[in-house]
Amino acid sequence: MTETKTVIPREGPLERSWNWLTETQIWKSIFRHNAPITDRNRVLVVLSNVFLHLHPVRLRKSGVRLRYTWCMGGLSFFLFLSLTFTGVLLMFYYRPTLEYAYTDIVGLREHVPLGIMREMHRWGAHAMVITVWLHMFRVFMTGSYKPPREFNWNVGVIMLVLTLLLSFTGYLLPWDQLAIWAITVGSNMARATPFLGSEGPGASLLALGDVKLIHAAADARFALLGGTFVGEGALLRFYVLHCVGLPLIIAVLMAVHFWRVRKDGGISGPV
Amino acid sequence: MDAIKDFFNFFADPRVFFLLTLTGFILMIWRRDVFTTPRVGYGLQVFLVLFFGLGLFDENFRLIVAKPDNVPIVGLVFLLLFFTWYSMRQAVLNDRRLDRGEPVEEKVEEDRVWVWPDLVYTELICLVLCSVVLIVWSIVLKAPLEQPANAAATPNPSKAPWYFLGLQEMLVYFDPWLAGVVLPTLIIVGLMAIPYIDTNPKGSGYYTFKERKAEISIFIFGFVVLWASLIVLGTFLRGPNWNFFGPFEYWDIHKLEALTNVNLSEYIWLQGVGVGLPSNWFVREFFGIVLLLLYIVALPVILARGVLKTYYEKLGPPRYCVGIFLFLMMLSLPMKMLARWLFNLKYIVAIPEFFFNI
Ligand code: HEM
Repeated sequence: MTETKTVIPREGPLERSWNWLTETQIWKSIFRHNAPITDRNRVLVVLSNVFLHLHPVRLRKSGVRLRYTWCMGGLSFFLFLSLTFTGVLLMFYYRPTLEYAYTDIVGLREHVPLGIMREMHRWGAHAMVITVWLHMFRVFMTGSYKPPREFNWNVGVIMLVLTLLLSFTGYLLPWDQLAIWAITVGSNMARATPFLGSEGPGASLLALGDVKLIHAAADARFALLGGTFVGEGALLRFYVLHCVGLPLIIAVLMAVHFWRVRKDGGISGPV
Repeated sequence: MDAIKDFFNFFADPRVFFLLTLTGFILMIWRRDVFTTPRVGYGLQVFLVLFFGLGLFDENFRLIVAKPDNVPIVGLVFLLLFFTWYSMRQAVLNDRRLDRGEPVEEKVEEDRVWVWPDLVYTELICLVLCSVVLIVWSIVLKAPLEQPANAAATPNPSKAPWYFLGLQEMLVYFDPWLAGVVLPTLIIVGLMAIPYIDTNPKGSGYYTFKERKAEISIFIFGFVVLWASLIVLGTFLRGPNWNFFGPFEYWDIHKLEALTNVNLSEYIWLQGVGVGLPSNWFVREFFGIVLLLLYIVALPVILARGVLKTYYEKLGPPRYCVGIFLFLMMLSLPMKMLARWLFNLKYIVAIPEFFFNI
């Protein structure tokens, strides 16, 4: 047997500084293990990183394939994150009052440097509606709602509704013609809610003697708009729901959704 | 050129448009082996690209399609077509494997891989691509901002945000309490009910058509033919006064469409029996109510005894009842559309006394 000869590669300045960097206390305090090139470190990376540990350590090959998931769930989540980010930036400039709402948006497009945040937010929102629909479509086409994933499908449907509501409430905020009339058309339908809308079937049955319980100033539409028309009250309500209420709920549901994907056995596959 | 435009304008009439989508859907399911070939897939995409690309030379077309808020729907059309084709293709390929007695593609790839790097990198690439698209889109296309809100100046047409235009289009056929409240609620309830109604244990975790024919057909019908195509129709083909306009047609506010819609009760009492409308609403609407009950109550029973007998036995009474009710509610939209187009039917039951019109 001939002896194998080990050649120690010469370290260039780049390798040397890299080696030095990864040995510093600061680096080691952040990254607890070496680069994920050995199996052991691949496990450690995924397990010890709070973001990566949404994933399992290993999963079935078919589930990794773009062909299978289209990455639509992942993209919905990413779009949600980027919407949160751009949305917070927009909140620095925007005041939800009749006096300022419109002019703040004008200011945003005219005075803010590199101002594509409004565009990123608006087109991102449209895109998220589409990716969520397509995600639902692929989950259906792969039969991934079947047991044990029924509940997660339901969580999904609720998030779908919330996504639409988020988009809808945001549509009003620029306070231009497009905004108030789209919301007027949309919210007029609430007037026709059975029993609870002032022009809905059965609303006249809800009365105490002569006193009507459901009328234009006390019905489903009024609750939605905080008034009988799309005005100051509606703007405030939509703003609060859009920036605080709905994002909080959907974020909690996303946590549940991802948790359940894992607990239901990871991405679905044939048994 | 004008002849071509007129040709497309004609095909975009809501009736023709809907029947075309329906035919396309039936052809797609029936000849899925042909539909899912790459040639047809590319062909359809190229046709769409040409249609939208060349269409942009027309001013009216440009006005409506290149409107910033409508651009996502153009994207939706391409994506939806692609993914319908793609998922059907994988289903057909898997079905062929099953026919040959081989395991499905997803079964073959059963072995496990590491999340790092396999999944993490895929996600990273998707994320970067998505960001690039979003940033380019944001630089190229300014977000719209119209005149400041003015409650006194109603734009014509006033449209809801695009994802609700399917519902707004339903307003043509149903009153707001149905189109805006009851049917959307049923859509949500229906979606949530899917996993509990569908007891077919097969087809879980892989693409297949032949093991889930009914489920997939119903879902694509509801999602693509009803929901998505009505959005396209409501966005691109509805103009002032919610009148219909072809994609190359000028939006003329004064376009008149004769609306002579007639209620079922009027058909029966005025034209059928030849007397005036009875003053008592119950007598007046009696036939409509009977028809409605037949549809909701009797039809499921008849179906359970007949065509859907096997389903009834497989699902059991509770699942069958809920499932068939939701299904009939979904079908009520195309039925009402047909009734409108064929008989100018306005309401089957019309009790304006209680705001109760169907
Ligand atoms: C806000 C929107 C949503 C986000 C961010 C989201 C995110 C995700 C992600 C990241 C996954 C992992 C697999 C994949 O990417 O496909 C997933 C799986 C899943 N999602 Fe969603 N989702 C959303 C909405 C929905 C909707 C609307 C539905 C159904 C109506 C749904 C039902 C499911 C189910 C059943 C799974 C498990 C699929 C499997 O195991 O193959 N989700 N979701």
